[in-house]
Amino acid sequence: MTAINLGFPSVACPVVELSGEHVDLSAPVSDDVSALTDADRKAELHTLEMKAIREGTVASVHSWELVTAVDGPGTRMTLFLSGCLLRCQYCHNPDTWKMRDGLVTPIDELVARMTRYLGVFKATNGGLTISGGEPLMQPAFVKRMFKEAHALGVHTTLDTSGYLGKSASDEMLDNIDLVLLDVKSGLPETYKKVTGRELAPTIAFGDRLAERNIPVWVRFVLVPGLTDAVDNVEAVVDIVKSWPNVQRVEVLPFHQMGEDKWDRLSIPYPLHGVHPPENDLLARVKGQFEARGLTVF
Amino acid sequence: MTVTDGIRSDQRGPAESGPAEFVSGPWQDSINLRDFIQRNYTPYLGDASFLAGATERTTGVWAKLSAMFPVEREKGVYDIDATTPSSITAHKPGYIDKDNEVIVGLQTDAPLKRAIMPFGGWRMVATSLETYGYPVSPELETIFTDYRKTHNTAVFDVYPPGVRRARSSHLITGLPDAYGRGRIIGDYRRVALYGIDALIAGKKNDRAELDMEPSTEDIIRAREENSEQIRALKELAQMAASYGFDISKPANTAKEAIQWLYFAYLGAVKEQNGAAMSFGRNAAFLDAYIERDLAAGTLTEEGAQELIDDLVIKLRIVRFLRTPEYDEIFAGDPTWVTESLAGIGEDGRPLVTKTAFRFLQTLYNVGPAPEPNLTVLWSDKLPEGFKRFCAQVSIDTSAIQYESDELIRNEMGDDAAIACCVSPMRVGKQMQFFGARVNAVKALLYSINGGKDEVSGKQIAPATAPNTDEILDYETVFPAYLETLEWLAETYVTALNCIHYMHDKYAYERLEMALHDKEIIRTLACGIAGLSVVADSLSAIKYAKVRPVRDETGLVVDYTVEGEFPTFGNDDDKVDAIAVDVMERFMTMIRKHPTYRDAIHTQSILTITSNVVYGKATGNTPDGRRKGEPFAPGANPMNGRDTHGMLASALSVAKLPYSEAQDGISLTNTVVPSGLGHTKDEQITSLVGLLDAFTSATGYHLNVNVLNKETLEDAMLHPENYPQLTIRVSGYAVNFVRLTREQQMDVISRTFHSH
Repeated sequence: MTAINLGFPSVACPVVELSGEHVDLSAPVSDDVSALTDADRKAELHTLEMKAIREGTVASVHSWELVTAVDGPGTRMTLFLSGCLLRCQYCHNPDTWKMRDGLVTPIDELVARMTRYLGVFKATNGGLTISGGEPLMQPAFVKRMFKEAHALGVHTTLDTSGYLGKSASDEMLDNIDLVLLDVKSGLPETYKKVTGRELAPTIAFGDRLAERNIPVWVRFVLVPGLTDAVDNVEAVVDIVKSWPNVQRVEVLPFHQMGEDKWDRLSIPYPLHGVHPPENDLLARVKGQFEARGLTVF
Repeated sequence: MTVTDGIRSDQRGPAESGPAEFVSGPWQDSINLRDFIQRNYTPYLGDASFLAGATERTTGVWAKLSAMFPVEREKGVYDIDATTPSSITAHKPGYIDKDNEVIVGLQTDAPLKRAIMPFGGWRMVATSLETYGYPVSPELETIFTDYRKTHNTAVFDVYPPGVRRARSSHLITGLPDAYGRGRIIGDYRRVALYGIDALIAGKKNDRAELDMEPSTEDIIRAREENSEQIRALKELAQMAASYGFDISKPANTAKEAIQWLYFAYLGAVKEQNGAAMSFGRNAAFLDAYIERDLAAGTLTEEGAQELIDDLVIKLRIVRFLRTPEYDEIFAGDPTWVTESLAGIGEDGRPLVTKTAFRFLQTLYNVGPAPEPNLTVLWSDKLPEGFKRFCAQVSIDTSAIQYESDELIRNEMGDDAAIACCVSPMRVGKQMQFFGARVNAVKALLYSINGGKDEVSGKQIAPATAPNTDEILDYETVFPAYLETLEWLAETYVTALNCIHYMHDKYAYERLEMALHDKEIIRTLACGIAGLSVVADSLSAIKYAKVRPVRDETGLVVDYTVEGEFPTFGNDDDKVDAIAVDVMERFMTMIRKHPTYRDAIHTQSILTITSNVVYGKATGNTPDGRRKGEPFAPGANPMNGRDTHGMLASALSVAKLPYSEAQDGISLTNTVVPSGLGHTKDEQITSLVGLLDAFTSATGYHLNVNVLNKETLEDAMLHPENYPQLTIRVSGYAVNFVRLTREQQMDVISRTFHSH
């Protein structure tokens, strides 16, 4: 089966798919659909979809999966949303980069599926995880969906890079029980190299989560030659140490299982030929976190 | 209810000379094992910390056997007694290590030496002997071909042509017409609780009743069977005596109870080469004796574990002589010595005892092994300590399977056990007429080809108008499929009636049936193979565009598919409903046809490992599956098509209603350890949660493997390093290294759930 996400949201080129489509989101929606040509209709439908996405009544969804012990506690219904601004070199799911590649799905349908799994959540102490892509590309939907989840008594988890943390309203955070926060590097220049974007927004978002005391599991992907420098790791540790709400750190060893997808999408894969970290390296990096009193997996 | 006057008199249970009285009750007035258990067992609510490890003696006995396994693996058999037709008393006593065995008894006079059992069919014996390079005794050949008719000959005397056609075209296969049907569980506990004398007295009472009935065909048969049962019980006592034990009276100690029980089972496997020779539900029963001895200070925990370890060692080396063709259907030399553990009682008390833990502990004390087929009757109401120990053992050994206690108890009460993989039955009160399965995929292809076989082109099913559409239309294909299934259901029940009539007549299970009540429930256990391929194929026809590709004779030999379609195994009702519909309809069709001995119609969604041979014999299918490619095992979704996680896959299967498949619905899943969590503790919690979630969603059966693909690949390259690597396939477990290469590849190609 296709493993969907190892908690590696992706990175970088400054391509914003929404504006790339030249859709004027402020355009009024015509009531008279019959007078339109096919091309108009297509554009019109697209506009309607974009409006719905902005309002959060639909989401652009890459896929969903019932996963266990990976995207939060227990068995989770994980929703992988489409669209991401980062272009991480090690991205496992480049097929989630573009929002337009997702399937536009009404929130009712997703709430119905979540409701179907209430028994599963209860039996496993699981819940709903929204991942991606970058879920905060569709903040209105995320806010609504988590609110629906809490109304049903479902534990909620947001899996994010934090880069778009500003899009997360306080109201959204009120309905989040756990955040899986990727700290992809500790040195700003390394972060930029890995993701194509800035580190600062992630730190700001982490600070905000700390202020609100929302539990966080930090994820760090260890890529030999890219993220493994002692000072880069130490910088991650410094950042994480400033957040008392961090419950665990997951050091995820890079592996090459994503390369197929890059090939299929005909995107040059920057990490071709890079090997997964040796056990010694993994132990060293985990040791750096452990030495500072963090719980590491 | 069988009234056994003998029990009332001076043979009142083991109480008189035992260390303490068992709680008395109706079990003393008639055969009633459930009553004995309910009054005398002690539920255990704690964790596994009390368990004892292997003693030096246990390790020593197991080491002796382990040294013999490589030879057996290499040759296929360790040794054969090629000249002694097996019976309860045919072989002299045998031992592994006489001075060090605490529980004794072997099928022949030496460990791993296989016996010949020619009453099922001579051909199977002769072929096996030739395969393994043993001489075929001309004298026995004459006896079992010229003088003594076998079950196999008899069945072919009465098969109508339609059955023969369906059989030779692989539409109906695996039928027990050339081998023992199995799937009968003698209530072996009866020998321990009552002793042989009381059981014979009970059977004599039954006979007295039968003698008062008019001599109709049914009654005459019942009288003959009763006589055979009594004879078998006497032989059992004789066999035990040859080992120096008098089992005419009840067992008095835990050691005796285990020994008596094992002798009873041993008698059955000396007499019958049944496909599945299951053991029953014995842990709580034995626990009553063990608790009593522990309380009296005559047994220690180490001693109790040693008894169970030694029993399990014996159960691990049950062997039958079988042919390579048989092994294709039932790979890895399985015997299905299924022991059903735990569950919840009708009064709400868990049937979890310390002895249920002790059975699981054998997987540590003598390492993982496929047999006995340890089966946990799972309920979310089981005590937490037991649940966690089960999950731990699964993660460490992949050697146990789970079945829904709720579904089984609601139907059959709390003294039911699993025969074979997934077939539940009330112990001592119910048996089944095993019916293997039909190839539901081939039937679909036949319905498109007007009843012709898609591989051979031969007319197998009655001729109907072949489909001539350019694009297959669901509204045309589905009714035609139902028509073919109607014919198949009738042909299938006909075949099974023929088989079981003759099996009763020529290969009657005397001893196993002696350990049943006089009046029993019989089921006719039909089955379907390839359900997920059928569902996906019909889904493709319904939701995508499927064009048939015809050869020069007009036969459809392939299909091209345009567009996407939902596949079974993703908790998607659009396609899951098709699977449910097909199985419900086929069950309804089966029920239309009268059965031998008024057996109740049931069906299973189970393939054992025959999914590989079924696939091999089946052409291209509308779902994109290629000719010869294996089906998914049991009720499993097709490999790689279940893309929404292990639980979503399981929840699709859980929709198949148990009420329409009371012989069981099999699901096998493999998850990589890291797919359950980072730490062992987390993994255990996750697996417990998954099992709770699955059974709460009315899932019936789950085989769980917790394995990395790399381990299996390495085991293919270096089998010598993995003598005990155990993997669950379809309702049972096998030593991975004993599978054929083809079967190993099939296992490796299955979905490994990870994230």
